[in-house]
Amino acid sequence: MNAPTHPFASDLTLPLTEIDVADPKRFELDCWQPLFSRLRKESPVHYQTVGDLGPFWSISRFDDIVEIEKNAEVFSSEPSIAIIDPLPELDIKNFIAMDEPSHSLQRKAFQPVVAPKNLTEFESLIRSRTRAALESLPENTPFNWVELVSRNLTTQMLATLFDFPWEERQKLSMWSDAAVSDERITGKADLTLEERQLMAVDIFESFSKLWQERLDDGVESFDLIRLMQKDPNTKDLINDPVMFIGNLLLLIVGGNDTTRNSMTGGVIFFNENPSELEKVRNDTSLIPSMVSEVIRFQTPLPHMRRTVTRDFEFKGHRMKEGDKVVLWYCSANRDDDVIKNPDSFVIDRESPRNHASFGFGIHRCMGNRLAEMQLRVLWEECLDLFESIEVQAEPTRLSNNFVRGYSELEVVVKRN
Amino acid sequence: MPRIIFVQADGSQSEVEVSRGHQSVMEFALESGIGGIDADCGGSAVCGTCHCFVNDPHMFGAIEPNEEAMLGLRPDRENNSRLSCQLSLSDVSADTTITLPEFQM
Repeated sequence: MNAPTHPFASDLTLPLTEIDVADPKRFELDCWQPLFSRLRKESPVHYQTVGDLGPFWSISRFDDIVEIEKNAEVFSSEPSIAIIDPLPELDIKNFIAMDEPSHSLQRKAFQPVVAPKNLTEFESLIRSRTRAALESLPENTPFNWVELVSRNLTTQMLATLFDFPWEERQKLSMWSDAAVSDERITGKADLTLEERQLMAVDIFESFSKLWQERLDDGVESFDLIRLMQKDPNTKDLINDPVMFIGNLLLLIVGGNDTTRNSMTGGVIFFNENPSELEKVRNDTSLIPSMVSEVIRFQTPLPHMRRTVTRDFEFKGHRMKEGDKVVLWYCSANRDDDVIKNPDSFVIDRESPRNHASFGFGIHRCMGNRLAEMQLRVLWEECLDLFESIEVQAEPTRLSNNFVRGYSELEVVVKRN
Repeated sequence: MPRIIFVQADGSQSEVEVSRGHQSVMEFALESGIGGIDADCGGSAVCGTCHCFVNDPHMFGAIEPNEEAMLGLRPDRENNSRLSCQLSLSDVSADTTITLPEFQM
């Protein structure tokens, strides 16, 4: 008997119309690639009616995603950039889920803090904190890389960006986790709606306090709160709690989950591809290119969603006003029409920056250079400090179609 | 043939003679080894990382809405900002200067 090896073995045989493309389990088991490979070939603009989140369109080819993201007028980011709609009971708004002109007005207020010019001021601080975290790791003893490195470092970074009270910084990653743990995208009831509502109140209270303390205190700082207070487009944002909490959460999730999971992904990819690690060890000038490849291969956010604003024909398919269109970045990053040998992790590939992980167009990831810098510094320090980072067991992956990530990766490190 | 003088943010300059071809200024700069351009998306005007400042804006075609949208997000946008992937090399009819920004994002 040829028994299926996992619940998605039938992805290659079932009619596509019977498959729920967004099933979060597929990401937990890390077996999403065959289905998307099939979609790219057989049905690159695919309409699904089955599943709890349907109906929606799935776009799986790189160039189609670029084309849709270019057309923000037809493909709106409102009311949500995730496959699920916001709950009326938890109505928070942020600029990534807004169209023009409001989107750009708010985004511009935050953009300067992550501009590379500012980042150089952060770099030595990030490096010393990264170094300290790595030096404190137990040697020759298994530990969870996700907790002690990835989560720890990204939480520190967030606290730095917000100038958040250092001893309370764990709250930031707790909020970030809660924000993406809606059971409609995880398939699991992690948190009740009431718990998530209480969290929103907690965020509002914590940040309102910081806001009041910093208002007109005359301190010259480029933390995100003072930047909001300085910019005419965001200086009164606190009076609009729905928007205030939403934008804070956007910055928290954007600066946390994504980089955290790429920090873990890199360790896994190097364990699976030791010769690639040797390349970087022999030539550390390859680190920036390696960082881009890690971000491509991880694709920390597997999808973004748009909503059709008027009846529109796309590649011969008639999309109707109100249709959901899901852009599968994870699939675009494995599209061999654009990326050569896409299923291989190759740290010195040609045009490593040409990947889909940051999205395209006006909603393209704002913190991309910050993320790249954090990962570059992490690997520069890791290579300097460790002879090896050995994965001990299969990672525990998240059941989530919006965040492709890990809760546990057991490793053993050996110092140089 | 006319030349493009590329000026980096630190003031250093490179002069490159324009060769024939239906390339963009972005592609030409990368092939000529000019730094300061990332061109993440490879020329689709959807990433904004080939931003530059042109001395002779009238020399090139008008700014299309997509390019305008991406330029609009740049914190260092100026009146003569362009995405170099949207500038056609064949429009370079005389010596001209293109300045690169301090950073791409």
